[in-house]
Amino acid sequence: MFDSRLLTVLLYVSLAAACGGGSSSQPASTAAPASASTGQINGAGATFPNPIYSKWFAEYSKANPAVQINYQPIGSGGGIRQVSNQTVFFGATDGPMTDEQMKGAAGPILHLPTVLGAVVPVYNVPGITTGLKFSGPVLADIILGKITKWNDAALAKLNPGMKLPATDITVVHRSDGSGTTYVFVDYLAKVSPTFKSTVGVATSVMWPVGVGGKGNEGVAGLVSQTPGSIGYVELIYALQNKIAFGAVQNSAGEFVTASIDSVTKAAAEAAANMPADFRVSITDAGGAGVYPIASFTWILLYEAPQDVAKSKAMVDFMRWALTDGQAFATELGYARLPPNVVDLELKALGRIKVS
Amino acid sequence: MRSPDLGFRLVVGAFALALVAVVGAIAFELTRQGWLSIERFGLDFWRTSIWDPVSGEFGALPFIWGTLYSSVLALMLAAPISLGIAIFLSELTPPVLRAPLTFLTELLAAIPSIVYGLWGIFVLVPAVRQMETALPDVLRSLPIFSGPPLGVGMLAAALILAVMVVPFTSAVAREVLRTVPLTQREAAYALGATRFEAIRAAVFYARTGIVGAIMLGFGRALGETMAVTMVIGNNPRVSASLFAPQYTMAAVIANEFTEAADELYLSALVEIGLVLFIITLMVNGLSRGLIWAMARRSPARAA
Repeated sequence: MFDSRLLTVLLYVSLAAACGGGSSSQPASTAAPASASTGQINGAGATFPNPIYSKWFAEYSKANPAVQINYQPIGSGGGIRQVSNQTVFFGATDGPMTDEQMKGAAGPILHLPTVLGAVVPVYNVPGITTGLKFSGPVLADIILGKITKWNDAALAKLNPGMKLPATDITVVHRSDGSGTTYVFVDYLAKVSPTFKSTVGVATSVMWPVGVGGKGNEGVAGLVSQTPGSIGYVELIYALQNKIAFGAVQNSAGEFVTASIDSVTKAAAEAAANMPADFRVSITDAGGAGVYPIASFTWILLYEAPQDVAKSKAMVDFMRWALTDGQAFATELGYARLPPNVVDLELKALGRIKVS
Repeated sequence: MRSPDLGFRLVVGAFALALVAVVGAIAFELTRQGWLSIERFGLDFWRTSIWDPVSGEFGALPFIWGTLYSSVLALMLAAPISLGIAIFLSELTPPVLRAPLTFLTELLAAIPSIVYGLWGIFVLVPAVRQMETALPDVLRSLPIFSGPPLGVGMLAAALILAVMVVPFTSAVAREVLRTVPLTQREAAYALGATRFEAIRAAVFYARTGIVGAIMLGFGRALGETMAVTMVIGNNPRVSASLFAPQYTMAAVIANEFTEAADELYLSALVEIGLVLFIITLMVNGLSRGLIWAMARRSPARAA
């Protein structure tokens, strides 16, 4: 494999790091005999949850110095590849693995939702600074290039009283493969059959129109500079950079502006019929006050890993992350898991072999 | 004294061979990893323009087109400017200014391409957009100026590439002009040539080296990734329009490699790398051929 080479290098680097830190962690591991030294646990995957994962691993290591978790944010696709090849102990992804990918893995893999994110439409419409409303089908038609002007009748109907200009719409999308794209097109495919059949759902898709910007910052940069443009970025990115974003109509007919609360609500609604493997899309979830373009992000663990010491440490970490760890979510801009989902996951953790 | 001679030969020979081996290994690996895609799409990979990761259909034409188009445009802009800089620095600059000016042009080469990219997004693209908006409607109807004035697109990419190529091309061209023997110039002046005519004679004398300098710039433009992907608009469609967002081979690899999860998709991206490799080889081969042809003709012209 192409990436196995890269990984070998990464492994050497992390080995070197582990050796370097070995002398200092030795006395610490005797101080905490409950968790015998497991060596470094390596993981790789999605970039979106990287800030909270880094925080979690750092905080958890403070309390449990014997457990050192090393996470490489190389992208969801890379995370899935590397966990499938067992070059890392755990993976992380913004989009659940497909059935085909699950078959390609070395054994049964458990998806564990960790936090939630959302994707918001950002726009640059001359004369309108805030308060624009979208519905799913209208958003899909804009992205498909069917609605080409900001004063289109469909948009005017959703935004009565707003002075929409006759400007051409420029669609800005991500040029790099991304979980953000996955969540956005997953939603559009649910609300628009045409979108589903012509574009489909993946981390990179064939966009009918528009220009591509690299990363959230690339999309936000292009949108802020191009009059008449519309794009999509992660909620966290929009909140941190104080970018105005549009409200989206949910399946209950309400126009909801994304917030940490409205995203958690989407997950709580979805928990009612959560599949046993947690591979669930919560875009376009039903219920009141729910923001429709939201998604879990997952950690991927083998159910029966060979290294049980690492497995035990990782399961302990997951229990902590799903309970105490959730407290860090809000301050970092993530929506925390609803309690009913946490309960289901704590039960599912029991399936992982630890001895 | 023979044995150190032999040792030296062996050592430098090994260095040269190592380079050949590395090139060979790259070609081999790219072919091996791209085999799935090569087998599936064959020559169609080079001539179809659908790039759809969802349905698993991959054609590289828009990327090949975008790479060649942006590089050729960049060279058309950069070659005359570089030659001008080289002539000015080697023939016309007052000696006091020569060192600082040389230093400054070479400094451009040291700027990382991500910095060029950021400059592109925040300075160049808005400027290009204004230029595009100001274009009279008569010209807008021409195919090369069609499409909405977005700022990002082929023109911005070609401009940024031109800026990035100039320091390389001008530095090499300047060195080449310096190697023109003084006797050439003196002979020209002795025959009553004006300064312009003398410089023209020097440029003619150095022409193979200047072509080499331009080709070096072309190679650089073909492979440039980060700055281009930030301003080209990343839209895989073949278009003659300078205003249209397009895509290059290096950019698509950088953009999509990390998230390419399935085998065929990954393989298609690797094959794009192979295509880029082959095109770079062809460009190098062509420039060699050109230089060789020019060098062969030169004694006849001199006589």
